[in-house]
Amino acid sequence: MKELKILAVVVFFTLVTYWGVEPYAHSVMHKHVEFKNFKYEDLKPIAAKGDPAKGQALAAACAGCHSIKAAKMPAPMDPVTASATYGVNPPDLSLAGKLLDEKYLAHFLKDPTHTALVAHKFKNRPYPMPPMATDDQSAADLVAYFKSIAPKEVTPKEAYEFACGRCHEMRYAKWTQIGEEPKTKPNIQTKMDEEKLKFQEKLAQYKDHLVKYMGKLPPDLSIIVRARSEDFLKTFVEDPQSQLPGTAMPRVGLNKEGYELVFKRLEEVGDPSKPKREAVGPWVIGYFIIFTFLAYLWYKSNWKGLK
Amino acid sequence: MAHFDPNAKPFSHQWLNERLAIDTLKRVLSTEYWIPKNINFLWAMGMVLAATFGVLLISGIFLLMYYIPDTKLAFDSVNHTIMGEVGYGWLWRHMHGVAASVVFLIIYIHMFTGIYYGSYKRGRELIWLSGMLLFVTFSAEAFSGYMLPWGQMSYWAGMVITNLFSLGSLDFQGLVEWIRGDYVPGQAFLGRFFMLHVVLLPLVIMALIVLHFGTLRIPHVNNQDGEEIDFEAEAAKWKAGKRKEAKVIPFNPVFMSKDVFVLGIYFIFYFYLVFYHFEFAMDPVNFDPADPLKTPPHIYPEWYFLWSYEILRPFPKDPGLIAFGFAQVIFFFLPFLDRSPNVAPANRRGIFKYWFWILLVDMIVLTVMGKVPPMGIYTTIGTVAAWVFILLWVALPFITKMEKPIRGQK
Repeated sequence: MKELKILAVVVFFTLVTYWGVEPYAHSVMHKHVEFKNFKYEDLKPIAAKGDPAKGQALAAACAGCHSIKAAKMPAPMDPVTASATYGVNPPDLSLAGKLLDEKYLAHFLKDPTHTALVAHKFKNRPYPMPPMATDDQSAADLVAYFKSIAPKEVTPKEAYEFACGRCHEMRYAKWTQIGEEPKTKPNIQTKMDEEKLKFQEKLAQYKDHLVKYMGKLPPDLSIIVRARSEDFLKTFVEDPQSQLPGTAMPRVGLNKEGYELVFKRLEEVGDPSKPKREAVGPWVIGYFIIFTFLAYLWYKSNWKGLK
Repeated sequence: MAHFDPNAKPFSHQWLNERLAIDTLKRVLSTEYWIPKNINFLWAMGMVLAATFGVLLISGIFLLMYYIPDTKLAFDSVNHTIMGEVGYGWLWRHMHGVAASVVFLIIYIHMFTGIYYGSYKRGRELIWLSGMLLFVTFSAEAFSGYMLPWGQMSYWAGMVITNLFSLGSLDFQGLVEWIRGDYVPGQAFLGRFFMLHVVLLPLVIMALIVLHFGTLRIPHVNNQDGEEIDFEAEAAKWKAGKRKEAKVIPFNPVFMSKDVFVLGIYFIFYFYLVFYHFEFAMDPVNFDPADPLKTPPHIYPEWYFLWSYEILRPFPKDPGLIAFGFAQVIFFFLPFLDRSPNVAPANRRGIFKYWFWILLVDMIVLTVMGKVPPMGIYTTIGTVAAWVFILLWVALPFITKMEKPIRGQK
C-alpha cells in the first residue's frame, strides 16, 4: 500500500537522523572506557587468610582518627575539626567490610595513596591516611575484622553517606557533607533562624577545608544520574582517572554490591518519578491505542465508498 | 440592519445564527471546506502540529505555575520543585520537553512534504511564507525555552548564540550587550528570554497559525498529483451525492476522521517517547547547573538547529556568518527560486527529483556533523555538506528553468 511505503520512507530518514545525533554522535564525543565490573585487576590477590580477632587488636589504631560505630567506638573529633586536621572528615568504618572490595581494602591499608589513585595529588604533602598494615597478613586480619563487624543489611542512603557523602552534598535530599540539614524554625519575633545560621557556619568552614584539600568543591550529586550516563558513573567510580585524568576524586574501592546501593540512592534522589512513570505509562499508551482503534473505525465509516 | 426575531429564545440555534452566523461559519470552515480526496497521511501533519502546539501550550501553563525566572532559583525550581515535589510535575515537564523536540520533527516532515509535492507554487506562495514565519518563530520559542532551566547548556548556548550578533569582524559588542542586558548572560538575560518564551512569542505563534490557516482557504491544499482541481464543480458533485466521482471531500467529518486516526497513531508514538525515551530531548549537560567558570567540553544546539549550526561552523568567522545567514533565510525564497510551472511530485520533475533527495540527505548529514566534534574527517564532511547545501540553492533556478512542462500543466 502506498501510504505504508511513504511511512516507511519517513520512518527511515527519522531513524537515520536519530541514530546520527544520538548513539553515534555520543559515541564519538565520549571516550570509551572499558567497564571492569569492580574487579580491581591491577591489584594483586592477597593470599593470606585473615583472623578477625587479630584484626580487632590492630583496629585500635584506626580509632585514633575514625569512628567505628558498629564496635561502639565514637569519632574522636566532630566533622569540622576533623576536616581542619585532615582536609576531609575520615569515614566511619562500620560499613567498610560490607561495601568495599576485599582486595582493594587490603591494598589500601598497605599503601593508601597508590591504591586510591591519588599519588599525583600528594607529591608534596602527606596523604592523611597513613599505611596501617605492614604486610599481607595484617592487612588480611584487618579486612577480616571489618567484615565481621559489618551489618548484614545496608540501606542505599547509608551506602551513599559512607562512600560519597563526606565530599558530595545532595541538596535535593537535604544532605550536606557534615550530615543532614537540621529541621529548624526561624524565631517568630526576629524572623532569624539562629540554629540554621550556626549550622551553615559549620558547613561553610567544612567546605572551606574541603576545597583546600580537593582543589575545588566536589559537585552536588542530587541529579547526577540525569547529568551523566550510567556507563560513565560506574566506570568513573571504578576508576576516576579513566574518565577524568588528574581528578582529585579517589578510587573509593566499592564492590559491586556497594556500587549498586550507591547508584540506587543516586537514582531515588535524582530521578524520583521513575516508579510513577512506569506505573502511568502503560495506561496512557493503552488509552491512545483504544482511541486510535475507535478513530480508525470512524475513518473507515467516513471513507467507505469514496474510492 | 440585520433581522433579529424578537421571539427567538436566547442561545437557541436561531438566536445564535442571527448574531454569529453559526451556520455560515460551520459551512465555510468545516462542512463545505473542500479538501482533495487524493491525499495521503502526510496531509495530516498540519493537524498533528496544531495538536502538538496545544500540548506545548497546556503543559507550559502547568510548568509556569512553579517555574521561577531567577538565576539562583530557576534550576532547582525545574529540577527539584517540578520534577520531585509537584504532583505529576515530571509528567508535564517531560511532555513539554519531548513535544518541543518532536514538534520540529513534524515541522521538517511538513516542510519536506510541501517541497516534494510543490505545495508552495501557483497561488500557494503565502502558505509557504507564513509557514516559514512559523518555523522561525518556533525556533525562537525553542531557543528561549531552552534558556529557562538555567543549566550548563542553557547558559553556554545562550552565550554562543547571542555572540553571533557581534556579526564577526564588525565586532558589535554593544549589540550583544544590549541583547543580553549585561556583559554575560545573567538575570536580565534570563528575565527577557522568560518573557519572550511565555508571552510574546506564543502570541506571535498563535497569530501566525491563524494567518497560515487563512492563506490555505482560497488556494486549498495541494494533492498527491499536483492536479489543479475545480473545487466548485467537484463540490457540486459531492453535494449531488456523487461521492465516488467527486475529487473532493469536506473537511468535516471526512477529512477530519482520517486526521484524528493519524493523530491517534502519532500520540502513541509521542507518549512512548514521553514515558520510555525522553532522554533524547533532555540533554544530560543541562542537568548540571549553569557555571560561568566552567565551559562544557562540547557545546551544541538541540538536534533541530544542528544543520544550520554546521553551515556556520566549518568556515572562517565572517564567511561562516554569511553562510549561516544564507541558511536561515533561503527557504523563504523557495517559491521564487523554483522557476518551473510544474506542480507535481518531485519524482516526476526531472532533475528536481535529484535536487530534492540530495537536499534531504545533505541536511541529515549536516545535522549529524553539527553534533560531532569538529575534527578530522568530520570537518571535511561538514565543509563539503555545507557547500553542497549552498550550491543546491544556487542551482535551483537553473535546473527548474530547464525543466520540461509536464503534460496538462502550463
